[in-house]
Amino acid sequence: MGAFTKAVDAPKSLLRRRRLRLYEPIRRRTYLSLVALSLSLVFALWSWVSYGGLVQNLFLPTPTQVWQAAVTESNTGILWPDIATSVTRIVLGFVVSSVAAIPVGMLMGVYKEFEAGIEPIVDFMRYTPAVAFIPLTLIWFGTSTTQKLVILFIAIFFQEVLLVMDNVKNVPKQFVDMASTLGLTSSQIVRRVIFRAALPGIVDTLRISMGWGWTYLVVVELVGANNGLGFQIQEAERYLNTPEIILGIIVIGILGLIFDFSFKAIYAWAFPYMSRGRR
Amino acid sequence: MDETTRLVLQGVDKTFSTRSGPLRALRGIDLTLKDGEFVSIVGASGCGKSTLLRIVAGLESASAGELLLDGKPLLGPGKDRGMVFQQYTLFPWLSALDNVEFALSHLPKKQRASVARTFLEVVGLLNFADSYPHQLSGGMQQRVAIARALALRPSILLMDEPFGALDAQTRGLMQELLLSVWERDRLSVLFVTHDIDEAIFLADRICVLSSHPGQVREFIDVPLLRPRVFSQQMGYEFLELKQHVRTLIHDEAARNTGFEEILG
Repeated sequence: MGAFTKAVDAPKSLLRRRRLRLYEPIRRRTYLSLVALSLSLVFALWSWVSYGGLVQNLFLPTPTQVWQAAVTESNTGILWPDIATSVTRIVLGFVVSSVAAIPVGMLMGVYKEFEAGIEPIVDFMRYTPAVAFIPLTLIWFGTSTTQKLVILFIAIFFQEVLLVMDNVKNVPKQFVDMASTLGLTSSQIVRRVIFRAALPGIVDTLRISMGWGWTYLVVVELVGANNGLGFQIQEAERYLNTPEIILGIIVIGILGLIFDFSFKAIYAWAFPYMSRGRR
Repeated sequence: MDETTRLVLQGVDKTFSTRSGPLRALRGIDLTLKDGEFVSIVGASGCGKSTLLRIVAGLESASAGELLLDGKPLLGPGKDRGMVFQQYTLFPWLSALDNVEFALSHLPKKQRASVARTFLEVVGLLNFADSYPHQLSGGMQQRVAIARALALRPSILLMDEPFGALDAQTRGLMQELLLSVWERDRLSVLFVTHDIDEAIFLADRICVLSSHPGQVREFIDVPLLRPRVFSQQMGYEFLELKQHVRTLIHDEAARNTGFEEILG
């Protein structure tokens, strides 16, 4: 490396300008090191505050205590079934909402008539917090899985519809013009061109909606559930079992990360042509 | 009409309704395109030349007037007119070959690929059949777009400033490539541009539009020998034509943009 630098004889000022340049890509290794660094910093801070006794363990348990809680919950057969329950709920809620939201959002994006007819309702529902429907859905459906799915649907569907509509509206007009001159009918244009052109945006929409889904899943499990990760946190709170609360939070966070990462991986794999526009 | 006429436009008007009232974009356009003829349409920006082409393509409808292609009235867009736009319109999720194949659904499946390959070869891009648009330069993308339009075997080719986004060198090469393709099939071409050199170099006839509303100001025959070569652009005949067209457009542009008052 040193020899190389010498041979090229680059002026020092040029070499030094390497750091923090606008939108400049960085090496993968650098990227991962920074990720590891920031995670270890948070972990170090937590360890320092908890092991060091700066905060009582009742309020903030040590990493060891949380690890022990994980082992106990795993051994007593609570942790994994809870994860399975919560993941099933969110996947179901997410799939049902998305399967409904994509065609509706597409129709609204493509035909003004649908936009005019549907958007006011969607906007109303979107500004009404899904949480406000929890009491009503409990009366209607009890603490059943249906009740969880209804809340998830309210939370996800109405956001998704509007985002999908925007994804569709953002399809370049010239693609549609081009397809018309190639002799495609309207329905062929919608299926073969508009949907395909909007797809990268739609996948991003799904990823973002999945994030909201997790928030609302935990909310519905905190209120009126008898299993699931949110319920377990609620239970732990009753016994002041902070290690289990922290454990629940960490598990939910990790699961969220896994889903988010999966969507990003699907995106990169399915739409290699989009990588250029991404910074 | 005789048999050698491809396209006839008669009294074509276009009025857009805007918030501040109706806006007349085109008035009384009469234009005939003979079989195998190359006509350039030039005019100051905003003269409605792109609108005129979009009407022929069926992407806009005329407010009045008649449009006939091969003797039949034009209603809406269709495969009988191949279109090349200024913006890059290749679908980014398809390879060059698949982009050309995209519109060939009327052919049997086996035939599609071979037709698409033939036309990629015509524009010299057979080696890039499997490349995706983002891997191609702007000029190459436009060549694929031309191949896609040609593969439909259209009655006429409509080109809306297809080289407008390219750098000067590439543009020059693309003009020569287009001419060599055109010499082969002698398609009828309607070519919109604001580049006067381009209009003269390519066309048999130039249609100069005036603005607000767009009207045919003058038809100018281009008597330059074919096949055309690059060096003709430096010849006396060429420059004389250029001066004539430039003067027409310059006066028109000055009158319509308020420059006249300043420039006198």
